[in-house]
Amino acid sequence: MQTRSSPSESGVMCGIYLDYQSASPVDPRVLEFAERYLTKEFGNPSALHSRGLAAEAALEEARTKVAELIGAEGPETIVFTAGSTEANNLAIRGMAKRNSAKGRKLLASSIEHISVLNPMKDLTKGGFELSLVPVDKTGLVDLAALEGMLSKETILTSVMYANSEIGTIQPIREVSDLVHGKGLFLHVDATAACGKIPVDVQKDGIDLLTLSSNDLYGPQGAGALHVKPGVRIQPVLFGGGQERGLFPGTEDLFALAGFGEAARLAKLEMADESQRLSAIRDGLIKEILKIDEAYLTGHSKKRLPGHASFRFSRIEGESILLTLDAMFNIQVSTGSACSSRTLEPSHVLLAIGLKHEEAHGSMVMTLGKHNRPDQIPIIARAVDQAVQRLRAISAL
Amino acid sequence: MAQIGYSKKVMEHFMNPRNVGVIENPDGYGKVGNPVCGDLMEIFIKVKDDRIDDIKFRTFGCGSAIAVSSMVTEMAKGKTLDEAMKITRKDVADELEGLPPQKMHCSNLGADALHAAIKDYWVKIGKIKPEEAKPEAGEEGEACGTE
Repeated sequence: MQTRSSPSESGVMCGIYLDYQSASPVDPRVLEFAERYLTKEFGNPSALHSRGLAAEAALEEARTKVAELIGAEGPETIVFTAGSTEANNLAIRGMAKRNSAKGRKLLASSIEHISVLNPMKDLTKGGFELSLVPVDKTGLVDLAALEGMLSKETILTSVMYANSEIGTIQPIREVSDLVHGKGLFLHVDATAACGKIPVDVQKDGIDLLTLSSNDLYGPQGAGALHVKPGVRIQPVLFGGGQERGLFPGTEDLFALAGFGEAARLAKLEMADESQRLSAIRDGLIKEILKIDEAYLTGHSKKRLPGHASFRFSRIEGESILLTLDAMFNIQVSTGSACSSRTLEPSHVLLAIGLKHEEAHGSMVMTLGKHNRPDQIPIIARAVDQAVQRLRAISAL
Repeated sequence: MAQIGYSKKVMEHFMNPRNVGVIENPDGYGKVGNPVCGDLMEIFIKVKDDRIDDIKFRTFGCGSAIAVSSMVTEMAKGKTLDEAMKITRKDVADELEGLPPQKMHCSNLGADALHAAIKDYWVKIGKIKPEEAKPEAGEEGEACGTE
């Protein structure tokens, strides 16, 4: 791809970046805070000398900050990982390994991220059974179906807090009541939700929760799994005893300290920022839905603050993405098969009942801190022009 | 790891496609692909003295599908029908300075659409029988996905 926007020296984005869900810039305050752990204050938290002890203190400070963001029982519930994929794998494989004698059934919503679905599918090769809970056309999980699918052999149920492709927020408390009503365990992938909407593992009733650093404007390559006190999982990686043995390997102190600081800032600023982004989102949705045969995907109200996702008839999403990038320097995402490495259409769009040819026309905009309300008409006009251009070429 | 980005040439054709549109009452018409797979191409030709005198296309699809359609029309214009029949998928991809590996099959249907249009013309003038205009790989009905 030719044009790519990047943060300029002033920290202001060139062009209009609308793909925060796939990568977010590190907050300059986070960078300023964490940079010292790459240079002056480097150290291995496992070392017993003073430099190691200082590193350990920094790591524990980060753990406390992350725990506070999600209302955890305490910092000891936070297992740092290298990202959400690692945390999801640890939750699922670790739970399966621990409880394979109790049961071999796994349950997940049909719109989970692939880093939840793929480890579960892999476990089916070793005798586990995976069932997918359907969602309605807005992406809300079917609670009655979920209840009917839970059995005492269900060792883990995984339902995401919010979906990154369609923005829909799940009724996690209700999911939790159903799962816990049968004495079972719930894993929640909150990667897309944390830092955007309030997530409280105690109020929500969550046993295992995944979150990532970059979604909070922290460095990439850091994430966490919250493990509720009393919930036991087995390690899936082996090495030194770091992270209670659950994620061994020398900690990335820079990334984790940055993650902690990003979590602290998110907790302070989330309410105002979410309100600001919701207003921009609503403006964008209103304007873009004026385009002929443009449709919102996901729920119209139970939706992440900065999330606007659409589909357009008769055109293909990768073409929309490329046109917006090349002609208008606007970066978006798509669930079209044609833009993925596997050429598979988005399982999320198919699960909400779209036909293949409809799923191909998807466009996802995820907003962040550099977006402003005055960009709404610019974005809407650009999308309209991109859509008209491609429809003029289209054979449909 | 498969490369996912496009060459400059692909982007140039994608952003400025040549020969977009429809020819009314074409001498030959070819349609390949399947909207379910995300790609559908149609090519219209006008034939004069056994040469492709005019050619237009319309494509529903990704960046490479549109670039491929544009490129194949540019390559075929002015060629004799026999010459145009010799244009292969690989020729089109090479002219575009390559396509990402995962796109070589699904969206590289331009040559197939061109050949279908030429055969349609040959059937019309009685040069070949309808059953000889059998679809090539990639034409309608084929399963989606990579080889």
